[in-house]
Amino acid sequence: MAEVTIANYMVNFGPQHPAAHGVLRLVMELDGEIVERCDPHIGLLHRGTEKLIEHKTYLQAVPYFDRLDYVAPMNQEHAFALATERLLGLEVPARGQAVRVLFAEIGRLLNHLLNVTTHALDCGAMTPALWGFEEREKLMEFYEGVSGARMHAAYFRPGGVHQDMPRGMDEEIVKYLPRMLKVIDDIEGLLTENRIYRQRNVDIGVISAKDAMDWSFSGVMLRGSGVAWDLRKSQPYDGYEKYDFDIPVGKNGDCFDRYLCRIEEMRQSAKIIEQVVASMPTGPIASDDRKVVPPKRGEMKKSMEALIHHFKLYTEGYHVPEGETYAAVEAPKGEFGVYLVSDGSNKPYRCRIRAPGFPHLQATDFLSKGYMLADAVSIVGNMDIVFGEIDR
Amino acid sequence: MTESLWQTLWTGYVFPGGLILVHILMLTVPLLIAVAYLTLMERKVLAAMSLRMGPNVVGPFGLLQPFADAAKLIFKETIIPSGANKFLFIAAPCITFILALIAWAVIPVGEGLVIANINVGVLYLFAISSLGVYGIIIAGWSSNSRYAFLGALRSSAQMVSYEVSMGFVIISVLLCVGSLNLSAIVQAQKTVWFAIPLFPMFIVFFISALAETNRHPFDLPEAEAELVAGYQVEYSSMAFALFFLGEYANMILMSGMTTILFLGGWLPPFDIAPFNWIPGIVWFCLKIFVLLFVFIWVRATVPRYRYDQLMRLGWKVFLPFSLFWVVLTAGVLLAFDLLPKGV
Repeated sequence: MAEVTIANYMVNFGPQHPAAHGVLRLVMELDGEIVERCDPHIGLLHRGTEKLIEHKTYLQAVPYFDRLDYVAPMNQEHAFALATERLLGLEVPARGQAVRVLFAEIGRLLNHLLNVTTHALDCGAMTPALWGFEEREKLMEFYEGVSGARMHAAYFRPGGVHQDMPRGMDEEIVKYLPRMLKVIDDIEGLLTENRIYRQRNVDIGVISAKDAMDWSFSGVMLRGSGVAWDLRKSQPYDGYEKYDFDIPVGKNGDCFDRYLCRIEEMRQSAKIIEQVVASMPTGPIASDDRKVVPPKRGEMKKSMEALIHHFKLYTEGYHVPEGETYAAVEAPKGEFGVYLVSDGSNKPYRCRIRAPGFPHLQATDFLSKGYMLADAVSIVGNMDIVFGEIDR
Repeated sequence: MTESLWQTLWTGYVFPGGLILVHILMLTVPLLIAVAYLTLMERKVLAAMSLRMGPNVVGPFGLLQPFADAAKLIFKETIIPSGANKFLFIAAPCITFILALIAWAVIPVGEGLVIANINVGVLYLFAISSLGVYGIIIAGWSSNSRYAFLGALRSSAQMVSYEVSMGFVIISVLLCVGSLNLSAIVQAQKTVWFAIPLFPMFIVFFISALAETNRHPFDLPEAEAELVAGYQVEYSSMAFALFFLGEYANMILMSGMTTILFLGGWLPPFDIAPFNWIPGIVWFCLKIFVLLFVFIWVRATVPRYRYDQLMRLGWKVFLPFSLFWVVLTAGVLLAFDLLPKGV
């Protein structure tokens, strides 16, 4: 009898796949249902963001950051604003910082709501996703109220934020929070104690603290393995040190722990938002350095100086002193960093973006090898991947 | 001579044949309408559970939505993949749909309201539902697609495993009845529905019914997040609609079986005045409706099992448990001399 070679089953998972989270393409080698190899392919959403930014003034670069991780847009802008401010040596007034923290935490809520619920959807639970989207919609209305855009806000500008919040919005946000926390409780009621959800996530995609660090994980992916590393605590920016909040840390480094971390982070974010609003300072929302921050409309009508500044800032932009810097924020997905090199002109010489999802995606093969196909879906969903930031 | 030949033909074949045809139509047409509205009900109930509106544009409260869906599916182009086995590719949805319908021949929807009151009704149902695997595995194989094939493999493994425990559940019911005739099974529940003395079996049967119809949380064959749509991934247009109809007709069938075996079929819950005024067929439909609601409710609530977990539940939990319960039922019936007499 002739020798029969049994080849493994190759499955092309994505990019048109309901669980591919955007344009992820995985080439999977299956032995029955067991994943033998899982090869992530990137690049389908590559837009050349970093190169494009080299040809834009610093202000024009801001909207590109909205389009990286479009699930929590303002957190990305935050990193770029911090990097530019660092090069410029610019101070952001207290109110500007508080508003930034407020909206960065709303971004965290937006992100975790989406991730927790779509991960549940990947595991087959469809209701949380729809509940979560309802709440995201309401949170996005706050985005809209403050910047005019639901997603691509371009709100955090170097020097502060673009404009002040509409009057009474901070109270509205605080009034809304209990409703969102109720929905989080409801989502937890469907998932946390659910046997099937536990069977699908406990001890799935386990990664040790050491491995997580070796793969340069950050954010929840790292904290799920028990490493209490959060940039908001370890190198606070924009006044995070003033607020009292906890960093939830996992124990086993599996999908379920990461899910629990995200749920708890949402509660902590709500706590931060309450504190921010309670202690909201008054005063300007952006630096009054007119060489960087454009003047108010009213000022322009009266002052020749202001008019000239406005014209210069919106045509030529501002010149940033020569130098280089790295600024990172604790984006919902992990450490989002911007490495900015300035040659003294009005455009960045180089703007390298460190997206947290990239190292996470790298570990797909490491994490899902030996698990089943359904687990691979759960692991990828749990990694919180958004292709906008990975492909850039 | 010619006169009598015509007469024998009429009384012997044409008239009874026509009568059977009328019977079949009387069952099939309402069934298909029920299937159409089951899809609407599913969408509406799911929508309500996830705080949405559901279809509400086509007709009042979206009541014409099923017809809009049907029209859409009929007028779509049938796409047959170039690598597919054409004959089997078309045959598979037909098999699924036909099997889902012919099973209804033995279901008594009311006192005496049954097309074929045969004495092996349970066996017939069992045979038909076992054949259901063929439609799916043929679809998966003939599509010549990896996802479809994987889905078909999962589906056949799943249906085969859950049929075993379902068989034992049915045996325990049969022990209490002493007949394979479905009408007799219903009549045997005059005093108490089997759902009460055989409650654990009722639960096992219902969960197995979920698995048998590939519904949540056992919808692995078409697990959207893993296999896109499993065995039906390559299907479009009417072929897809036949799968869809077959699947929903199966849901109703399984609810019907559960009703007959455990919830007293067409019998009212209490045989007293206001309840037994209502015709049996209404009770039957009402019970099916409640069970279908639970089908949808489960879908909105629970995540999906993984393949090995599903197998473990079927073989390592349900099978031993139902086997134990069969022995227990038989033992109790024998010990207390409760075995059905005169069969």
